[in-house]
Amino acid sequence: MKKFALIILGFWLFSVAAGRLLELNPTAIDLNAILSAPNAHFLLGTDDLGRSIVARLLRGVEVSFMVAITVTCVTMAIGVLVGLVAGFYGGRVDQILMQVTDVFLAFPGILLAIAFAAVLGPGLGNLILALCLTGWVSYARLTRGQTLSLRNRQHVQAAESLGAGVTRLIFRHILPLLLSILVVEATYSLASVMIAEASLSFLGLGIQAPNASWGAMLRDAVRYMLVAPHYVLIVGVSLMSLILAINLGGDALRDILDVKTDD
Amino acid sequence: MQMIKKAFGFCSVIFGVLLLTFLLIHLVPGDPVEVMLGESVSVADRVQLRADLGLDRPLIQQFGTYLANLAQGDFGQSIHTKTPIVELIKTRYPATLKLAFLSLIIGLGIGIPLGIYAALKAGHWQDIVVAIVSVRLSAMPAFWLGPVLMLIFAVWLGWLPVSGMENNSAIILPALTLGLGLSAILTRMTRTSLLEVLNDDYIRTARAKGLTESRVILRHALRAALLPIITIVGLQMGSLLAGTVITETIFSWDGIGRLLVESIEKRDYPVTQACVLVVALSYVLVNLLTDVLYQLADPRVKFAS
Repeated sequence: MKKFALIILGFWLFSVAAGRLLELNPTAIDLNAILSAPNAHFLLGTDDLGRSIVARLLRGVEVSFMVAITVTCVTMAIGVLVGLVAGFYGGRVDQILMQVTDVFLAFPGILLAIAFAAVLGPGLGNLILALCLTGWVSYARLTRGQTLSLRNRQHVQAAESLGAGVTRLIFRHILPLLLSILVVEATYSLASVMIAEASLSFLGLGIQAPNASWGAMLRDAVRYMLVAPHYVLIVGVSLMSLILAINLGGDALRDILDVKTDD
Repeated sequence: MQMIKKAFGFCSVIFGVLLLTFLLIHLVPGDPVEVMLGESVSVADRVQLRADLGLDRPLIQQFGTYLANLAQGDFGQSIHTKTPIVELIKTRYPATLKLAFLSLIIGLGIGIPLGIYAALKAGHWQDIVVAIVSVRLSAMPAFWLGPVLMLIFAVWLGWLPVSGMENNSAIILPALTLGLGLSAILTRMTRTSLLEVLNDDYIRTARAKGLTESRVILRHALRAALLPIITIVGLQMGSLLAGTVITETIFSWDGIGRLLVESIEKRDYPVTQACVLVVALSYVLVNLLTDVLYQLADPRVKFAS
C-alpha cells in the first residue's frame, strides 16, 4: 500500500514536471475539438472549450498543492500557537480559547469555509483566506490536549524549577515532543484541504475561469456528462488517486514516527 | 453540577454561533449593500436596503435586533424576492431532513452489518476486500461519488432519474451519495470496536454459557461496541449536513443546501446567513442528542451524579 502511494505521488510529480517542460497550455482554446474523446492529439480528450484536459489537470494539481500547502502551514502555525497557550496556561485562558474553538466546531464540515468564501467573494486569495479562517481549530484542539499532559511531565517541571522562562518551556521543552504528531496531522490535512478547495471551486466559490482547478473542472464535467462521460471519470479518478495516496502516505508516516492516535 | 456546566457550555456555543453568523455580513469587503445590489441600482434603493438591514446603526444595536428578531422566528427577508426567509426555510428544510435521514439509514444499514461481517472474518480475504472497498469509498468526496452514481444508474442504466424531485425515486441517488460515504466510515469503526470487545472476558463467559454465536455477537458484543459508533454517527452527521450542500447542488435537490448555494450566487446574504445558521444549529442539536443517546446506551456515564 505504501508503495502504491509512493508510485501515485511520484507519477503526479513527474507529470507536472513533464507538463511544465513540454509547456502544455491549459488555456489554449480549440473550438474545432470541443469535448472530444481521448485521441492521439489530446491524450485525455478536451473540455467544453476544446482545452486539453491533460494540461488543465496538471495545472490544477499544481494549484491544488499550492493551496493545500499554504493553508496547512498557516493553519498549523495559528492552531499550534493557540493550543500551546491554552494548554500551557490552563484555567481562564484555556476556557476562553476552547470556547472559541467550540463555536467554530459547531459549524459542520466545510460549511463555515463556504460561508466565509461566500461573503469574501470568489478568487484564489479569498479561497485560501476562507480555508485558513476555519482550518486552525483542529490543530488548536490537538496541540492543547497534548500540551496539557506534557505540561506536567517531569522534564518540563525540572526545567521550570531551574528557572526556564515560558517561551523556553513552550518552544524547547514541549513543542519538540509534539512535532511528530503534528507532521502526521499535517499530512492528513493536506488531503482534506485539497478536498475542501475542490468542493469550494465546485460550488463556484474558489478558483475562477480560465484558471484550472479540479473542482471547477468537475463542475463542468458534470454539466457535460451526457455527451462526454470520459471527462468526469478522468477528473474524478485523478482526484481520488491523489487523495488516497496522500492519506496512505499519512498512515505510513504515522507508523514510521510511531504516533499513537486515539481516533 | 455537571448538568449545569453542560447546559452553560451548550448555551455559550449557541451564542457564539449566532454571533459568528451575524458577523458574516460584516466580513464582506467594502460595502455589503453595494456588493448585494450591484452598481446599477439607485441611491434611494441602497439607502432603503441599508435601513432595512439595519446596517446604518451601531454594531451592538444591530446584533440586539438580530437576536430579538430571531427569537420571534423572524429571519428577515430575501433582498431580491422579498420573500420572508422563514418561508424559504420552511419549504426547503424538510427536503434536506428527508435526505439526511435516508442517508443515515443507508449508512447504518450497510455500515454496521458489513463491519460485523468484517470483524468476524478478521484476517480472511473477505475482511481485506471490505477494507479495500471502504477505504476507496471514504476517499470519494460527494462531488465525485455523486456524478459517478449518476453516470451509472441514471445515464447508462437509466434506472433512476438524473436529478430533480418530481419522482419518488429521485431521492435514491443523492441519498446513496451521502450514505455510502458514511457507511464506509461506519464499517471500519464497527469492525475495530467489535474486535476490541470480542477478546473480553465476558464474551468468553457468554460463549462458555453455551449461548449461540449470534446471541453472543448481537446481544453482548455489539451492545458494548455501539458506544464509539454512536459518537462517530453524531460527528458524521456534521459532514452529512455539510455534504448536503454539494449533493443537493449536483442532483438539483431543493433542500437548504441548494438554497444556500443559490443565495450565494445571487449575493442574497441574509438568506445565506439564515441557511448557515439553520444548518449549524441542527448540528449542535444533533450533538446534544448524541450525548444523551450515549448516556442511555452506557449506564456507566451519568452526568447528573
